[in-house]
Amino acid sequence: MDRTHPYTTFRLAGLLFGLRASAVLELTRHRELTRVPLAPPTVAGLMNLRGRLVTVLDLRRRLDLPPGPADARPMHVVLNTPDGPLSLLVDEVGEVTELSEADFEPPPESVRGVARELILGVCQLPGSLLLILNPATVANLPPPPAAPRPHPTPARL
Amino acid sequence: MEALDEIVKEFLVESYENLDRLDQDFVRLEKSPADRETLGNLFRVLHTLKSSAGMFGFQRLEKLGHAGEHLLGRLRDGRLALNSAMVTALLADADTIRGILRQLETSPTETAGDDRTLIETLHLLADGKPAPALPARSVPPASPNPPPLPSPVPKSLPAAPASSTAAGAPAARGDAPEVDELTREFVLETQENLAQLVRHLGKLEDAPGDHALISAVFRTLHTLRGNSSFFGFTKLERIARAAEDLLERLRSGALTLTLEMTEVLHDMVEVVRELLAAIQSTGRETPHEYRDLIACLAQLTGVTAGSPSRAPNKAAWPGPAAVPNLQSQLQEFPSPTAAGLSATATAAAPPADFQSQLGDFQPPAAAAPANSEPRAPDLAESTVRVDVGLLDSLMTLVGELVLARNRLLPFAADHAETAYVAATQRLDTITTELQERVMKTRMQPISAIWSKFPRLVRDLAHACGKQVNLVLEGQGTELDRTLLEAVKDPLTHLIRNSVDHGIEPPAARVAAGKPPAGRLLLRACHEGGLVIIEITDDGRGIDLARVRAKAVERGLMSAAQAAGLNDREAMDLIFLPGFSTAEKTTHVSGRGVGMDVVKTNLENIGGTLDLRSRDGAGTTLRLKVPLTLAIIPALLASCGGERFAIPQTSLLELLRLEPGPDGNGIELIYGAPVCRLRGQLLPLVLLSRELRLAAEPGEPGLPSGPASIVVVQAEGHRFGLVVDQIHDPEEIVVKPLGRLLQGVPCFAGATILGDGRVALILDVVGLALHSGVVERIRERPPAEETAPAGTTTEPEQTLLVFELGGAERMAVPLDVVARLEQFPRASIERTGGQEVVQYQSRILPLVRVAAFVAGCPAPEENPDGSVDVVVYAAHGRSIGLLVGRIRDIVRVPLKLQPSPGRRGLLGSAIVQHHVTGLLDLPGILQEAQPSLAGAGEIS
Repeated sequence: MDRTHPYTTFRLAGLLFGLRASAVLELTRHRELTRVPLAPPTVAGLMNLRGRLVTVLDLRRRLDLPPGPADARPMHVVLNTPDGPLSLLVDEVGEVTELSEADFEPPPESVRGVARELILGVCQLPGSLLLILNPATVANLPPPPAAPRPHPTPARL
Repeated sequence: MEALDEIVKEFLVESYENLDRLDQDFVRLEKSPADRETLGNLFRVLHTLKSSAGMFGFQRLEKLGHAGEHLLGRLRDGRLALNSAMVTALLADADTIRGILRQLETSPTETAGDDRTLIETLHLLADGKPAPALPARSVPPASPNPPPLPSPVPKSLPAAPASSTAAGAPAARGDAPEVDELTREFVLETQENLAQLVRHLGKLEDAPGDHALISAVFRTLHTLRGNSSFFGFTKLERIARAAEDLLERLRSGALTLTLEMTEVLHDMVEVVRELLAAIQSTGRETPHEYRDLIACLAQLTGVTAGSPSRAPNKAAWPGPAAVPNLQSQLQEFPSPTAAGLSATATAAAPPADFQSQLGDFQPPAAAAPANSEPRAPDLAESTVRVDVGLLDSLMTLVGELVLARNRLLPFAADHAETAYVAATQRLDTITTELQERVMKTRMQPISAIWSKFPRLVRDLAHACGKQVNLVLEGQGTELDRTLLEAVKDPLTHLIRNSVDHGIEPPAARVAAGKPPAGRLLLRACHEGGLVIIEITDDGRGIDLARVRAKAVERGLMSAAQAAGLNDREAMDLIFLPGFSTAEKTTHVSGRGVGMDVVKTNLENIGGTLDLRSRDGAGTTLRLKVPLTLAIIPALLASCGGERFAIPQTSLLELLRLEPGPDGNGIELIYGAPVCRLRGQLLPLVLLSRELRLAAEPGEPGLPSGPASIVVVQAEGHRFGLVVDQIHDPEEIVVKPLGRLLQGVPCFAGATILGDGRVALILDVVGLALHSGVVERIRERPPAEETAPAGTTTEPEQTLLVFELGGAERMAVPLDVVARLEQFPRASIERTGGQEVVQYQSRILPLVRVAAFVAGCPAPEENPDGSVDVVVYAAHGRSIGLLVGRIRDIVRVPLKLQPSPGRRGLLGSAIVQHHVTGLLDLPGILQEAQPSLAGAGEIS
């Protein structure tokens, strides 16, 4: 009865996450990043995705998870957002699973803090718990605390 | 439904374009009211708009279009004389139409509105009745009793076939008992023109091939013909037209000037003079027909014609109008158009029938407009309207292609196979060519934004009570459309300034010996990969004395400082934020948000602004902008393991400081790094520190070895960017940063380099502000006191300013300062009653300067227990001067006021708005270290 949708799954810090596949542009292997100095810490850097400039988010930081090993070679889950492609760094990409929204349960009480806004729900899979991420809120960073640029506003003349 | 939307959109776009031209044409008309060609254009624009609006059922538009068209039709046919009330009403019409169009962009139907007054006014004017004056942008109620016009215009003139020579000829003029002002002016002007024409004819006898002279004669005749038809002097008009036709053929090279022609032309001048004399005395032409003359001219034009296919017509119907359009207008307006056309046919003499003339309209070149000013180009068959978004994405794709090519090229270099190498080379050339072409599609002539300026200048001039002639040169100069958009506002602002502040009111101009009307010249051209735009006025220029006074008044500097600025520097004050010399704020300009914003906006797109002015003679502003923004040359530099691109436009020079015995030449003044460049102090920004690239946070990041410095310019201030390594310049494709990185300072975007890695593009202005290097320069403390303005300019000197006990400020000339050092208090040792420190493996004797200056308490130690030492070098030895906090290094005109009796001081001066004592170093040293005396005199 209930319609199912494909979900892309990936592992991060020992947890299993899922994203609606329609929000995912592509999955790519590890790439060299260019750091962006002075950027919010959640921004891991910039990468070149076949000539497109893609901002890369450190999903561990975004989800308040502990930092990974220094020699990790994370993979990219590239999201299609209204502002262009946005990549999430993940430990390992899993398989695509068909899920129905009816299977979702609200996130358990143990999930607190920022992650709560980002997790749409959880889904019991055999042997593991799948956390479904909300692609829209993941891409929305809290406003940077930095003061606005002290540049003279190019007022209309 | 969607298809219809598309059509409506097209209609809107086209109408906007037409309206923009309309503004320009109206203003042109005010200058030459009889320009039939322009009138015809205007008429067509409104006619098209009316018809299209009718088709879409936009009733307001249709009515407004019709009212304007009606008036223009009468003007075009010469039945009415254009006056400024008409221009104002027509402009109001155009404005109202534009308003409706704008609203149609968002909603499918017109908003309700009452255009009755406006339409009524237009109709009244069209009927030759004076209508109440319409203010430029609003519509007042019509006055109840319009006074009658002095020269009544027949309500509807029968379509007089122009070939019928006598009938109804002098139109309304015949009834006017006295000659009105306009006619008198016409006669005077024509007489002047004739005198010139005769001179030109005389010269032509010596140089029959001189194209410039022929063109001048042609123009005179063209004007005469237009004016005559405007005033309804049909005989004059016919004569002028016949002569004009002859000249047209001479000008095009189809004929060469013969003696016979010259004679006939002289005869023509005599006849015209005769007619003018008659008009001047009686207000009408002589009854004589002058058929011989016209026939003679026609014969000269036609008989010897080299190529009969050439369009001899040159008149009533202007330009290369499309044929179907013409025919539809013929049907709708049979009388005036047909009359005009048949007039052409007869007056132009050769037995070309109407059909063949129509045929001549078709080839675009055949009936090119007489003058080179851009008219409605009918390029429908050779051009396609393309959505700008499509062009932008095309540009992006080409950018990608360029990058892909760049990545491929290194492989080809390593590859031995010639076929592969040849293929890559081919790809290389094609890519380059494609890039050029696509960039070209985004180029637009600057006239796209200039077209608004005639109207703007007209309105401004009216508002300020001034007369301004706007001259546009180089309208075809092309630049990238994004840049075009970016220079539009700055240009508008600068033009406002010129009209409002630059050009004087007519009375003042006349008093200054200038013509009452000011001249505003806009000139654009390409120069060395840049577009140069100049705005020149012949107004009062910039009064530098006023600028200086204003700077002092606004607390930006002291009077002495202001007086010490050279003219160039004083001129630069105009670019300070909030600076305005306008005595009163007008609604036009003078609010003080201005030149600094203009300059910043230009710098943001890699442009520059240069100002030249001569007091009383005018001002020239010179804008330089790059041709395109999308692909820019940049220098690559690396720092902290990352590569950064620095746009070439902000680059001044590259420096490499080799480590010497005194380190690598970078000094810290209270944490602010500086170095000396050709005797001047260059503030430095350590990129690794600014961008927090250093692994150890809190490290000052001073390079230990040789330092690579990129000297850049931001907002007129120079500073050096210390990087790890400087690489080669590269052409880069600018890509905007994503939304998540929008708030991050210091970066203007990113680019993908040849190796596929991403590099950030440094925003030099942002970096300067973020690091505070410019802020420090900008925020000189405002003056709380001002010494009387010095009249003589003192020589400038660079001083090191420091405190010496308490808040007392002292200075020494920078020339005598070798270095600035800080030593821990504990490192000071004593030997033989002398304080010394170990410095560069030598012993540096220290002198506590305060002890030698009368009434000066000893300086306090810094909170961290260190002391500041100015290392003074003379006679091969160094001495450390123990001073208080070091404030600044300044270059100021030094006006020393002696302070006799104060030991240790040469005198005092005002430096940075503070009374500052100038140390008598030789005296102090004489006292402290007799062996070193005699060194370090102050020049």
